[in-house]
Amino acid sequence: MAPKTIVEKIWDRHAVLEEEGKPDLLYIDLHMVHEVTSPQAFEGLRLSGRNVRRPDRTFATMDHNVPTQDRTSISDMIAKKQMETLSANCEEFGIEVADIDSPNNGIVHVIGPELGLTQPGKTIVCGDSHTSTHGAFGALAFGIGTSEVEHVLATQSLWQSRPQTMEVRVEGRLQDGITAKDIILAIISKFGVDFGTGHVIEYTGEAIRGLTMEERMTICNMSIEAGARAGLISPDQVTVDYLKGRRFVEEGGDFEAQAEQWLSYATDEGAEYDAAYVIDAQEIEPMVTWGTNPAQGVSVHETVPAPEDGNTPAEAKAIKQSLEYMDLTPGTKMTDIEIEHVFIGSCTNSRISDLREAAAVANGRTVATGVRAMVVPGSQEIKRRAEKEGLDEVFKNAGFEWRESGCSMCLSMNPDFVPEGERCASTSNRNFEGRQGKGARTHLVSPAMAAAAAVTGSFVDVRDLDKATV
Amino acid sequence: MEPIVVHKGNVGVLNRVNVDTDQIIPKQFLKRVERTGFGQFLFYDWRFNADGSDNEDFELNQPSAEGATILLADHNFGCGSSREHAPWALDDYGFKVIIAPSFADIFYNNCFKNGILPIRLPEDEVYQLMENGKDEVYELTVDLENQKISDDHGFETTFEINDYLRNMLLKGLDEIGITLEYEAHIDAYEKQVNA
Ligand code: SF4
Repeated sequence: MAPKTIVEKIWDRHAVLEEEGKPDLLYIDLHMVHEVTSPQAFEGLRLSGRNVRRPDRTFATMDHNVPTQDRTSISDMIAKKQMETLSANCEEFGIEVADIDSPNNGIVHVIGPELGLTQPGKTIVCGDSHTSTHGAFGALAFGIGTSEVEHVLATQSLWQSRPQTMEVRVEGRLQDGITAKDIILAIISKFGVDFGTGHVIEYTGEAIRGLTMEERMTICNMSIEAGARAGLISPDQVTVDYLKGRRFVEEGGDFEAQAEQWLSYATDEGAEYDAAYVIDAQEIEPMVTWGTNPAQGVSVHETVPAPEDGNTPAEAKAIKQSLEYMDLTPGTKMTDIEIEHVFIGSCTNSRISDLREAAAVANGRTVATGVRAMVVPGSQEIKRRAEKEGLDEVFKNAGFEWRESGCSMCLSMNPDFVPEGERCASTSNRNFEGRQGKGARTHLVSPAMAAAAAVTGSFVDVRDLDKATV
Repeated sequence: MEPIVVHKGNVGVLNRVNVDTDQIIPKQFLKRVERTGFGQFLFYDWRFNADGSDNEDFELNQPSAEGATILLADHNFGCGSSREHAPWALDDYGFKVIIAPSFADIFYNNCFKNGILPIRLPEDEVYQLMENGKDEVYELTVDLENQKISDDHGFETTFEINDYLRNMLLKGLDEIGITLEYEAHIDAYEKQVNA
């Protein structure tokens, strides 16, 4: 048999129907639902008298606009209505929901893996573009719109054309102290915001193999920022070990058989991709974005570029617009940029290892004067665990705010936002204009770099922190 | 969804290019949990004055556009954000057919998912229809079965449309309806993989 990529294997196993001249009908194993993109889909079902085909393959949570401070009183009436609507819909159609009072509540892309819902070889969809996060387990996971949410609810399938495959290989070993966030920001900065268009990216190479599951999730999460339809990593023993014992994973002897099946999805030796990119792990430095798209990033040791640095007139124009919005002057050292806010959270970087890394930096230090720093765990489970380890105390002692879980300042649909004209070091995934609030200026970084920015008030290579703080 | 086979109705003329989805339905109205009821906000910033009264200068507020179900617009209608609230709002307001020289891709596809027929006609024909309809009630008959548009004064033209999409509207099938015709395949698949 010809060697195959993981994407081809998953596709072949899930194509319900393949006919000439139209897209394939793809079976969906898992559908994650949240409060913002689902209400009209459920309403559509009701209006046409349809049912949810597989409530057992559907799982709902509330995350986008939940408050992260006091969860008992919700001041935003529209948010409240969206949450109540989701609860009522889940009740009506028999779907399990991790509502705001559930111990399982959290960001949709954090709780899927946490509960063991996310597994290798699965097709997974959700009405949120960062669904690619689940690809870390070797699942084919992508975001969909409201009509498609309704379509999956009713039919457990979607019409999709077979994607192109792309390998992104991170070759060699990372320098010490480089995180998964630095890897993905470096990849996007190097190859651009649309190099993945039309493709599913598979991340390979020694540096990727060496990552934990949580780090792999950070990488796959931002595939969409490279324009890709999805991103994934072939499963290996690290994947299997992570999943063992989780709620939705089989127990006992069945587990071995299950694990073997999972591993069989990994890309075969010698399989060919439609496109390939390579980056040398050694060249990756701690990254900071300076602009308004995630590809506009540089090493913390570099300076803000000038429009003339653009390779094309369009790129030059984009740089100019970004600099204006971000109020930055070309040639400014990244380490001279001062910030007023720090956000550690989002489905990119809010898992326990992210919090540990940030806490290690915060430990024994204090948030700089004039800086407001906030830590928002990705799920209630992560929050409990962090509190057990005493991380909340470390953060609070250093002057960080310690919050309940949710999307929070990743998209600022809830009361958390950055005021106009102010600057934020953020561990989230999008630095678009207005993303963290009208006129807010976002710089994307890793959790350790965000914590370092919090205690110094400006960007600094976290590896030089001791020198910087004395 | 209501099938569209032959539709006869008055036209509303919106002689503007690049009408984007944020103009069709401004973003302050997106937070509803229903998909109905968006019609009252259609073209909100154009339709109403700052004090909430009707803007008498707006094209669709003219007596000639009263009860219009066919919208005539210029190039690149429906560009901008992919929000599905735009076709929801047009449908809820009463539009069943939109005729323009060109449409934005995602919007064009979203129309079929929501029971609206978008028709591309050559620029000169669209402009002629706009001329006919701008000052008085002007009815068109859109025959989807035969892919023809005509008026009561001898005008007649034909239009192109993808068979699959045409069929969807003729039968009043939404995409889910079409997929459900393959339900046996989905059942068989689930059985086979023991899902
Ligand atoms: S944290 Fe941000 S990117 Fe992730 S699901 Fe929430 S809003 Fe989307």
